[in-house]
Amino acid sequence: MKKRTLLVPLCYLIVAMLIGAGAAGAQATPRIQFEKYSLPNGLEVILHEDHSTPIVAVDTWYHVGSGDEQLGRTGFAHLFEHIMFMGSQNVPVGAFDQMLEAAGANNNGSTTEDRTNYYETLPSNALQLALWLDADRMGFLLPTMDLPKVNLQRDVVKNERRQRVDNQPYGRADEIILAALYPKSHPYSWPVIGSMADLSAASLADVQNFFKTYYAPNNATLTIAGDFDPATVKKMVAQYFGTIPRGPQVKRRTTVPAVVIPRDTFLVLEDKVQLPRLFYTWHSVKGFSPDDAALDILAQVLAGDKNSRLYKKLVYELQIAQNVSAFQDGSRLDGKFQIDVTPKPGQQVAGIDRIVQAEIGNLISNGIMPRELQRAQNVYKASFLNRLASVLGKAEVLNSYNYFVGNPDFVQQDAARYERVTAADVQRMAKTYLGRPKIVLTVVPEGKKEMMLTASGGGR
Amino acid sequence: MKLSGPMGTLSILSLLAVQSVADAQGTFDRSKPPELGPPPQVSLPPITTRQLPNGLKLMIVEQHELPLADFVLLVGSGSTADPASKPGIANLVSAMLREGTTTRKSLEIADQIAFLGIRLSPTSSWESSTLSLHTPTAQLDSALALFADVALHPSFPANEFERVRKTQLTELLQLRDQGAAIASIAFPAIIYGSAHPYGAPAQGTEASVKALTTGDLQSYYQANFRPNNATLIVVGDVTPVQVEQKINALFGGWQRAEIPQINYSEPPKSGTTTIYLIDKPGAAQSSFRIGAVGVPRSTQDYFALTVMNTILGGSFSSRLNQNLRETRGYTYGAGSRFDMRRSAGPFLASAEIVTAKSDSALLEFMKELNGIRQLVPPAELSRAKRYLQLQLPGNFETTQQIAAALVPVALYGLPLDYYNNYVQSIEGVTQADVARVAQQYINPGSLAVVIVGDRKTIEAGLKATNIGPIAIRDISGQPIQ
Repeated sequence: MKKRTLLVPLCYLIVAMLIGAGAAGAQATPRIQFEKYSLPNGLEVILHEDHSTPIVAVDTWYHVGSGDEQLGRTGFAHLFEHIMFMGSQNVPVGAFDQMLEAAGANNNGSTTEDRTNYYETLPSNALQLALWLDADRMGFLLPTMDLPKVNLQRDVVKNERRQRVDNQPYGRADEIILAALYPKSHPYSWPVIGSMADLSAASLADVQNFFKTYYAPNNATLTIAGDFDPATVKKMVAQYFGTIPRGPQVKRRTTVPAVVIPRDTFLVLEDKVQLPRLFYTWHSVKGFSPDDAALDILAQVLAGDKNSRLYKKLVYELQIAQNVSAFQDGSRLDGKFQIDVTPKPGQQVAGIDRIVQAEIGNLISNGIMPRELQRAQNVYKASFLNRLASVLGKAEVLNSYNYFVGNPDFVQQDAARYERVTAADVQRMAKTYLGRPKIVLTVVPEGKKEMMLTASGGGR
Repeated sequence: MKLSGPMGTLSILSLLAVQSVADAQGTFDRSKPPELGPPPQVSLPPITTRQLPNGLKLMIVEQHELPLADFVLLVGSGSTADPASKPGIANLVSAMLREGTTTRKSLEIADQIAFLGIRLSPTSSWESSTLSLHTPTAQLDSALALFADVALHPSFPANEFERVRKTQLTELLQLRDQGAAIASIAFPAIIYGSAHPYGAPAQGTEASVKALTTGDLQSYYQANFRPNNATLIVVGDVTPVQVEQKINALFGGWQRAEIPQINYSEPPKSGTTTIYLIDKPGAAQSSFRIGAVGVPRSTQDYFALTVMNTILGGSFSSRLNQNLRETRGYTYGAGSRFDMRRSAGPFLASAEIVTAKSDSALLEFMKELNGIRQLVPPAELSRAKRYLQLQLPGNFETTQQIAAALVPVALYGLPLDYYNNYVQSIEGVTQADVARVAQQYINPGSLAVVIVGDRKTIEAGLKATNIGPIAIRDISGQPIQ
């Protein structure tokens, strides 16, 4: 069943495609061939031909995400994404999905802090339908937009929040962490889903303003990947999108307020859970910045597989944790590094913390073995190959590089980032970033605040 | 809209159209949807089959777009092969495969998986267990050696089992946190009863998991993991000759044996529609599972049911989703499915519903479950059929998708040309067929309505719907004394 999803940060894009394949060795990651051009109204178009299966993926990225929201209207970019499926000037409400299904298409969208995407995968003959639908809502959403439609998707999004957050064990951890890590004016200080109160406050006027500000061809990239004839597609794109008027110049944020965490900060959240869970978060770096890949490797070394430092010690040897995970979350403007641990029943969080800090300390002091580095690099190398298996996957890769580094032709440079990471880099990452003061949230069963971690060995 | 044309339209290959791409300068009318050309000819890849002398079947599909390959060892036994008194064995056997072989230890196996950059993972289901390998062809031989070792020589080390058992016990504990997970276990327990294999908890219970020994796992493995009970599905940058040679070398010595038969008792007759309420205090949503015993995969009505279910709850524009999500905003998504197995698996309709609307949602569910029994309008029928037919090539794009598509072919002995005939089989489903199967297999008067939610808030409203009496159950679906 399809959903309009929140997709979380860039690192999850990489991790989600990480299904393990590709190996150590001289095999170079294949480039994705493409053509890129712009229409006079500013729409960027990226085309990638692949005739192996008679299907096409149409994947539009709007350069707006939850990071562009205002306080008091958190969750709006994602709500707006839902609203984009509610019909437009020439598409009655409900017809969008019906027409696509009748043509054998699947479609969805997703919102992150940094961008919003809308995609269809269809048999090749139906490409024109997707272009017509997507152009209609890019250019002509407002004439049929009304408050009842906004109200309906408001309710749907509130249900999405309930399903992913409020009714989900540990679901509210994320928003607590973000609010503590980032200052109030920082665009990443609230979750993509937003708050119930802010969702309630969203108005039809907000929808109209948001559309006019962000949903314009000059703020979008349309990527088409699959079985098509380029000459025909270019004509279609010009026809459907060319006459959509350019919108105002979009002023994107390029800087964020400084993140200052003077000392370890200990938080607690009660939830309907059987077991507590520890969340450690450090401020790190944005995606594609010099340390980003090394931090990804660090996360793999710490918790990526059974032999990883934390998993092996906590889950395998001592058996005091049920699970452990680590990830580097580098987004467009900023980033964070996180380690999550669930203690086994009866285990104290203080004991878990001692081990976590000892392992980090050991890594900082003594570094890592070549095998650990190799494993992590091989896992990443595999993921680069796996992402090429589907036309939608390739469209997303092209859009992602285009957006975050300004150049769709970045597969090999991206793969090289990981190949270049050394053991010394990984050690240095741990020292630089995990030695910093951190936010520590303990989610505890209701009535068990005393279970929270109140002091940690590693911090200042 | 031309595509949802009248029922008289012939096969999809003769759908009309003239693809017209007007000049950007010319008379371009955005107000009409474009007329589409005919859908592309679908040519699904050929399947090469082989069988080793020991009975292991091979199904091989070549796909040379990327230097990758997927191997899925599909063993025809799952949790229904657990002894009735020992639920949870199949699940733990699966979990233990990577924990040690006669020549490799747990950490060594994990190291090799990561180092090779492969995925090697087991799963366990009602009637099958799989071990899947996804590997670049550059690592093929190393990956296959590891794959075969894990599949054929698991050693079930006692110390690893103690850890895995504790992990499983903790997972069972944590299931209590999740309304949807509780509903998914309680629902089959209620409609099948605990005597039926489909009513047993596949993950086991605290008591059963505590009592298991590595001997139990060994017995299950020896009884069920046999070449004559398995198919190896291979999709990717390989050739049949190469595959047969390598698999023969690695799996040729696997010994066949008679597989224990599973007797499926008659499921209990459904009583009149009853609301089974499982309390989850303070839940923000109620987890709904509404249904009854359905049909086996071998049903003659497979295609009619597939089309009917697509309309009812099998697509975004299905009735359940459009009603409960896109009209009333009670949920993030609602759907239905027939889970067809060797014996009759369940039919169920489900959604996570905002707590305050639990009673209203129940009424809407029942409205749709009743409404589907009437003739569906031709346009709606046509749209469902086209959705199923036309997305077929898209489901055969990646090696993983192709392998997944072959699993039911292997498991249920479907003909090798099943997918080549799929479009036509769907085309043959009529309005009358859809109504007939809806009436035959969905009986609103004898459904189990399982709801996991905040009893204090929702019970009175649910009672007031008069859909049925309320029975309070615990998280396993058992009556509360």
